[in-house]
Amino acid sequence: MSYPGAPAISFQPRYAPDGTEQDGELLEVSLGPQHPSTHGVFRMDATLDGEKVVRLKPVFGYLHRNHEKIAEGASYLAAMPYTDRLDYFCSLTSNWAYALTVEKLAGLAVPERAEYLRVITAELTRIQNHACVCGFLLQDMGALGTPLMYAFRERERVLDLFESLTGARMMCNYLRFGGCRCDAPAGWLDAVRGVVAEFPRFLDEFEALLSNNEILLARTQGIGAVSAAQAINGGLTGPLLRAAGINYDLRKVDRYGIYDRFEFRIPLGEHGDVFDRYMIRVLEIRESLKILEQALKTIPDGPIIDPKAKLRGFRPKAGEAYGRLESPKGELGFYLISDGGPNPYRYRIRPPSFINLTLLEDMCLGRPLADVVVILGSIDIVMGEVDR
Amino acid sequence: MKSLETLQAELTAALACSLELVPNPAVPAQSSLRIRSDQALALAHFLRDTPDWQFDFCSNVTGIDWPDRTEKIKVKRLVDGVEKEVEETRTVPGFLEVVYHLYSIARQDGPLILRQRTANRDTDTTVTSLTPVWRSCEFQEREVFDLFGVRFDGHPDLRRILMWDGFVDFPMRKDYVEPDDYEYEPTPHDEVLERAQRHYPAGEAAA
Repeated sequence: MSYPGAPAISFQPRYAPDGTEQDGELLEVSLGPQHPSTHGVFRMDATLDGEKVVRLKPVFGYLHRNHEKIAEGASYLAAMPYTDRLDYFCSLTSNWAYALTVEKLAGLAVPERAEYLRVITAELTRIQNHACVCGFLLQDMGALGTPLMYAFRERERVLDLFESLTGARMMCNYLRFGGCRCDAPAGWLDAVRGVVAEFPRFLDEFEALLSNNEILLARTQGIGAVSAAQAINGGLTGPLLRAAGINYDLRKVDRYGIYDRFEFRIPLGEHGDVFDRYMIRVLEIRESLKILEQALKTIPDGPIIDPKAKLRGFRPKAGEAYGRLESPKGELGFYLISDGGPNPYRYRIRPPSFINLTLLEDMCLGRPLADVVVILGSIDIVMGEVDR
Repeated sequence: MKSLETLQAELTAALACSLELVPNPAVPAQSSLRIRSDQALALAHFLRDTPDWQFDFCSNVTGIDWPDRTEKIKVKRLVDGVEKEVEETRTVPGFLEVVYHLYSIARQDGPLILRQRTANRDTDTTVTSLTPVWRSCEFQEREVFDLFGVRFDGHPDLRRILMWDGFVDFPMRKDYVEPDDYEYEPTPHDEVLERAQRHYPAGEAAA
């Protein structure tokens, strides 16, 4: 290891040459891939000095299925259901990121109503993802069951909405290039209004239980902190970057879709530690609810798909495009190269939770092993996206 | 964002390096600059640290495989003492390409797209690693190494990342052949390898 800040490590044998046992030896612990705190099949090779982490290397690939190769062998549209399986908590934002890139590549326009439906589904995705992440984080800290079940109760109501809109709870496969697959069924928007109206009550309850809890503060404040410069250089995006105090939200920066029509604020952290990440997620839910309220007030009637968009025989002209959006995990990007054929020549995903793990070792160095679990929980990874 | 031509001119003047503009017909704002590997590191430092540019955030790193291809060209030849235009096929040697998408968070600008090429696809597949400049390249360059076989000069920890260490081929290349009995043994050896070699014409089985 020769990168800046690399720890100087020497593994001492357990026994000295004369046979006496030495103390101060380092211990290697393999966390995962079946460890319940690793959010799937993720492994960390940690080297411990006593209880302190002196080295930590993530090991990937247990869920690798070479999604990119599969998509390069299929038509553009056939890759859409595969994007559901990337981040299976947020299939609708993955759909949107892919559709956004193909629309950029082929020059398709999206009708007004479809844009609104995209914003509504994406923000619903964001609130249920953030609620669950906070639940999982507390589960990792030892609050077994209760917070997670409360979060899942709310998620269930959002998934019911997805089911009545798209036919599937998690693998929604809802967007098409230039619009959406189907219009909202009768009464769906009212059902969304109901969920949005009741969500703050859940949040208040959740926060009253947790945000000032002494144990939560002790386990999260000052843990896993990264500086702003480190966060940018390490490619952190999403709530992690904003927790470090960087005002960079692609909904404001790129203004993709119709996000420039809504009023909402970007919560920013100060310390970049686990507590800030938790708080930012809670605050982002409140901002997302504001966007939802505005979108539900102003959604127009009209067509939901660009009439120029072709489902069959779709062949964009040769060229390339990089599209990105703010998924709940961070910056989700797609990079497509077309050679004029029916399937992409190159199909690349920029997975936010994979790249957010770059700084995992830096966050954990010098901390006790128990904090590693909390730090990993605060990064918010989904292995379907990390390993692809 | 300033135009790519301006950037090209400024960089050429400041660093005396050679840059080639690669146009992108689909999204003109996303044309890219091809840089030479031996100048990549100096250029990356310049782009990150110069106040005018401040490309502090390297969002995406990826590889592309361009295999050997044949193209038809028209050449003039003396045929039976008369000069005629005849069509000939010629092989264009393939290469691997690494693409970097840079953004500036400080100036809220981007993307700036850089490309590096390897000399060929088999013997010399080295480019310069930009991980010393942008830490976010660390895992992504490892992934490009793992799936495409591009070697990154100066990378602190160049190992396979998604495939396991004993794997021998590069699955994202266009000419990658899946082993015969994929479910049973992804990296064939012994009897599976024999079977794979019987199945495919000589030399094509992934050994």
